[in-house]
Amino acid sequence: MREITYLEAVREAMSQEMRQNEDVFILGEDIGVYGGAFGVTRGMIEEFGPERIRNTPISEAAISGTAVGAALTGMRPILELQFSDFITIAMDNMVNQAAKIRYMYGGKGKVPMVLRTPAGSGTGAAAQHSQSLEAWMTHIPGLKVVQPSTAYDAKGLLKAAIDDDNPVIFYEHKLCYKTKSDVPEEPYSIPLGKADIKREGKDVTIVATAIMVHKSLEAAVELEKEGISVEVIDPRTLVPLDTETIINSVKKTSRLVVVHEAVKRGGFGGEIASVIAESEAFDYLDAPIKRLGGKAVPIPYNPELEKAAIPGVEDIIGAVKETVNRS
Amino acid sequence: MTQKVNLPSRVDKKDLVDLYKQMWQIRFFEEKVDEFFAKGMIHGTTHLAVGQEASAVGAIAVLEDRDKITSTHRGHGHCIAKGAEVNGMMAELFGRTTGYCKGKGGSMHIADVEKGNLGANGIVGGGFAIATGAALTSQMKKDGFVVLCFFGDGASNEGSFHEALNLASIWKLPVVFICENNQYGMSGPAKEMMNIENVAQRGESYGIPGKVVDGNDIFDVMNGVGEAVERARNGEGPSIVEAKTYRWKGHSKSDAKKYRTREEEKEWRLKDPIERMRLVLVQEGLLTEEAAEKIKADAKEEVEASVDFAANSPHPSLDDLMEDIYA
Repeated sequence: MREITYLEAVREAMSQEMRQNEDVFILGEDIGVYGGAFGVTRGMIEEFGPERIRNTPISEAAISGTAVGAALTGMRPILELQFSDFITIAMDNMVNQAAKIRYMYGGKGKVPMVLRTPAGSGTGAAAQHSQSLEAWMTHIPGLKVVQPSTAYDAKGLLKAAIDDDNPVIFYEHKLCYKTKSDVPEEPYSIPLGKADIKREGKDVTIVATAIMVHKSLEAAVELEKEGISVEVIDPRTLVPLDTETIINSVKKTSRLVVVHEAVKRGGFGGEIASVIAESEAFDYLDAPIKRLGGKAVPIPYNPELEKAAIPGVEDIIGAVKETVNRS
Repeated sequence: MTQKVNLPSRVDKKDLVDLYKQMWQIRFFEEKVDEFFAKGMIHGTTHLAVGQEASAVGAIAVLEDRDKITSTHRGHGHCIAKGAEVNGMMAELFGRTTGYCKGKGGSMHIADVEKGNLGANGIVGGGFAIATGAALTSQMKKDGFVVLCFFGDGASNEGSFHEALNLASIWKLPVVFICENNQYGMSGPAKEMMNIENVAQRGESYGIPGKVVDGNDIFDVMNGVGEAVERARNGEGPSIVEAKTYRWKGHSKSDAKKYRTREEEKEWRLKDPIERMRLVLVQEGLLTEEAAEKIKADAKEEVEASVDFAANSPHPSLDDLMEDIYA
């Protein structure tokens, strides 16, 4: 099998869907000849033309609402927002319109759209271009929230998201864009709501998302040298959440560490910890659940400060040891 | 009193009588709802369009069945004009399963997507981009339908208005923005909230023609909107039509109307759009006084019957609570 990058996988998923389905199109800022802020749509306008790779004005409120209106009337738009921080400007359309239309209308009408957007820090883009705001979106009934960590997952999950009849927020971590994995050339779909065990282990479960999956896997390699066997679970989709896989893992290992880049306070890690606390896995716990998340601070510009604002491999190793050494 | 009239050529003369009936249906529907809210028989809130019947009925009268509308929080009139049954509307306000939204939407969310009513909206300005997106579907699928986007004077101060107008203009989308300028955004007088005389002028900044019509003269509305719809259907892009009108009732159920005078209200009541239409129809020999009375009585009876229908309809079961969130 060939290896491609996460970024190429996202592009390939979109291109394959667009070749199959005339209703699928992309709209967003600078996605035409420029190829998008991160180059994800590069080359697509040449294949699909400006009708289906729609370069828009800098109007997040209008383009998000336009995607909602197009979806409601039979299209399957993919909206690219340059940085996930800009979702604040599209918030009304996602939260008050897209998420609620079907319910408010008593089950009539649907909004099959995908909002794709790069998230996360690590690029020196500072406070307004580096956030991880996914927990906000998971709070809204009617939305689905996807957060792939690998190229393979990105391609399969994006196909599932485009094929889904509901509004899906699809977070692409910027630092994942250059990561590579084996990706089949043919289209395939990974069901939304199915976690993936990225590494099997028996002593402790780490549930991690996006770039933290990679950091957790690195930590697991180090910990193995010290005789600690770590299981790493990537939920892949936060809504719907595959609670079963997480619960079963914790029942097996009796220890849980949750890691995400987003600010810990009010972050999705609290939800995962609660799932365990409320489940039968609680009785299996041999140590308190440990949560790692970003510090409650805007992402700073200085690279050392930026790095210190979010969990690193050492932090994960420390948290696992703390959890394993408690008895 | 006779008036010089310019009967619209776009609608068959015999159909004008049906429009007259729709105006009465709206009037009686709204008055009935007002009565029920006053008596505490239905809960929540509502925004009534008494006095604004001509802008709703006149604008929609020039559409074809395949055309679509987006509505506002003051949307009952738009619904009736777009062909909604008063039974289903009243049942919705009663929160019953036979309502348009199975009792889940209420007054502010009545929609009938199949019939081209893409929904009322509880967010002021929420419809601009949705209408723009629906018009994009029409253009991309070459469906040939036109979208009418109703909004109020207050909504034209929302950012979404400006973003959507610009987008609709650069893409030459088949959408007509209908401003029902009823002089007040809740309590805020339009003349204090914007420094121009007409909302229609705002189109100029976006290369969109704007026209002001007498919103209480259904024929003027039909002629103005008819031209704009024709322009949209011919691929010439969006327009604004501003219908100057007045809401007789308060903004919502709890409005003491301290921000305007009783004299002003009286003046506008003399411009009753239904009475003005009746005079013209009689003058033109399209309607006898007896027939006019009969139409009024029939409309009233239909609204009364809708109350029986609603009151005798089942409440949703608690099992319905979690249905219809996702498609």
